Amino acid sequence: MEMLSVKNLSISFGGLRAVDSFNITIQKGELYGLIGPNGAGKTTVFNLLTGVYKPDSGIIILDGENISGKSPIEINKAGIARTFQNIRLFKNLTVLDNVKTGLHNQYKYTTLAGILRLPSYYRTEKLMTEKAYDILKVFDLDKEAATLSANLPYGKQRKLEIARALATNPKLLLLDEPAAGMNPAETEELMKTITLIREKFGVTILLIEHDMKLVAGICEKIFVLNFGMELANGLPQDVLNNPEVIKAYLGE
Amino acid sequence: MKKNIMKVNLSKDAKYNLITIAAIIVVYAMCQIMIAAGMMSYLMKGLLVPFCYYSILAVSLNLTVGILGELSLGQAGFMCIGAFASAFFSKCTINLIPNTFIRFTLAIFVGALAAAIFGMFIGVAVLRLRGDYLAIVTLAFGEIIKNVLNTIFVGYDSKGFHFSLKDAASLKLQGDGTLIINGPQGITSTPQDTNFTVSTLLLIATFIIVANLINSRSGRAIMAIRDNRIAAEAMGIDVTKFRILAFTITAALAGVAGVLYAHNISSLNATPKNFGYNMSIMILVFVVLGGIGNIRGSIIASVILTLLPEYLRFLQDYRMLIYAIVLIIMMILNWNPTCIAWRKKYSLGSIFRKKTQGEV
Ligand SMILES: Nc1ncnc2c1ncn2[C@@H]1O[C@H](COP(=O)(O)OP(=O)(O)O)[C@@H](O)[C@H]1O
Ligand SMILES: [Mg+2]
Repeated sequence: MEMLSVKNLSISFGGLRAVDSFNITIQKGELYGLIGPNGAGKTTVFNLLTGVYKPDSGIIILDGENISGKSPIEINKAGIARTFQNIRLFKNLTVLDNVKTGLHNQYKYTTLAGILRLPSYYRTEKLMTEKAYDILKVFDLDKEAATLSANLPYGKQRKLEIARALATNPKLLLLDEPAAGMNPAETEELMKTITLIREKFGVTILLIEHDMKLVAGICEKIFVLNFGMELANGLPQDVLNNPEVIKAYLGE
Repeated sequence: MKKNIMKVNLSKDAKYNLITIAAIIVVYAMCQIMIAAGMMSYLMKGLLVPFCYYSILAVSLNLTVGILGELSLGQAGFMCIGAFASAFFSKCTINLIPNTFIRFTLAIFVGALAAAIFGMFIGVAVLRLRGDYLAIVTLAFGEIIKNVLNTIFVGYDSKGFHFSLKDAASLKLQGDGTLIINGPQGITSTPQDTNFTVSTLLLIATFIIVANLINSRSGRAIMAIRDNRIAAEAMGIDVTKFRILAFTITAALAGVAGVLYAHNISSLNATPKNFGYNMSIMILVFVVLGGIGNIRGSIIASVILTLLPEYLRFLQDYRMLIYAIVLIIMMILNWNPTCIAWRKKYSLGSIFRKKTQGEV
């Protein structure tokens, strides 16, 4: 079963073809790696998939639904959640409230019920808090629930971003360099957490990572992007032994 | 035992809000006692209602400026709409609804609704604007409202309502007709239904509305938009909807302040002094000095900064100069780390906490 199917996705900025005829098919439950040198167009692919940029051409099918050209809000509702390379947390909200914001479309009550503190407010908020704690526990962040997210150490901010994205109950989770800025021990722990959440939440994951070896350890498939174009795509051992890939990385 | 139960059940936010409401009620009671004992000056008595409507304006503006994070300078415009709509309503229904309580309650809703409609309209109109551009457009809106109201003439007689943009005579009212809005002269002899008690109640209501909104699903969405718009969209939060919602609620509450204002004076007209951009900026100063996003601070700043110019009257020509210097000093103290620590230590909340701990 296909979770994501992308055909001929392209975008140019001025004269630069940042993403050129990008094709990928991701099966349900797969953990896919997207790698490539700096400036290869990886983040741009994420921005296209989540509707931040409108593609010049191409089709994006998520779980049978055509989401090409939809807004980021609609795409999130359709089932794609993401994290950002440059962390974008809600800095003045607590850790708990960041996750609850992710639960926004999962648990609902009206604005009026919130202002008048109707029973639905208390009922729903209780469920939201429970659910948020469940997610935070997976990332070992539950003890910091009341902390302002801006005050978290860097590594935990990255984890909180994943937690918040998971709260939107996505089918497909896009992680943009989740281990950036982490030390090797933290990175290893994070990779374990990522494999864990795939099982626990039954979510399909597409992960951008700069470090090729690290991706090879956990991903079932790897896509290599270079200058906006496909350089290699397939099983980790094939991709890593591909002479073109080695050249692109050594030549960087 | 009882205290313990309270502690478990009340969240930090709920406690903070309860303390603020309790403080408002205590101040209100003290004022009433002083009035009864004849200890309050004529000047102070006249300031009690303004304290409340300025506080309402500041608290509601804080929703847009502090919680949504957008700069709006249209607060006087929304207040103006609330004032005129409600005064118009009260004048038309003064014979129809003799019961003051019912009429004034309805007038409050009319004022809030009229301002809310304009707030929603402005919210939609400025969807693509941010920052300085938004400030300029909202400022222009306030000025336009004020100027348009100065050119409107409305009256009614047995044949119904008459409307003109020229002068009162061109309304051609019958002998039994009443002139309601008389151009630059505005609306005269509005029933003076506002009093300190109603004003205090509406201030408390405003505080509860904004405080509860902040600590709810919608409030979180609004703050998420403020903190990171792109991430909020990626979380599936309807940025447009919540932006308009914040604008609308701010406007409606400013409209309520306008209702209090209009029913507190004998003749209502839109002048640069009461509904001009100076007013909007003054309210913004209250919000900034009280702390952006801090609604309790908005109330405290409104009261202090309304009192201050009155007590500086003896300085005569130097009054506004000294007022400005005091503003600057307050601003510096507000953001000084030592002062922030001191405030935290001796805040109402911590005193309350110590007391209850002492008792247990
Ligand atoms: N909004 C934009 N406007 C212009 N150029 C852009 C924009 N976004 C990305 N680019 C360019 O597209 C290329 C790919 O960028 P990016 O996707 O961020 O690379 P990666 O994530 O693989 O390091 C870069 O050359 C970058 O400068
Ligand atoms: Mg990138």
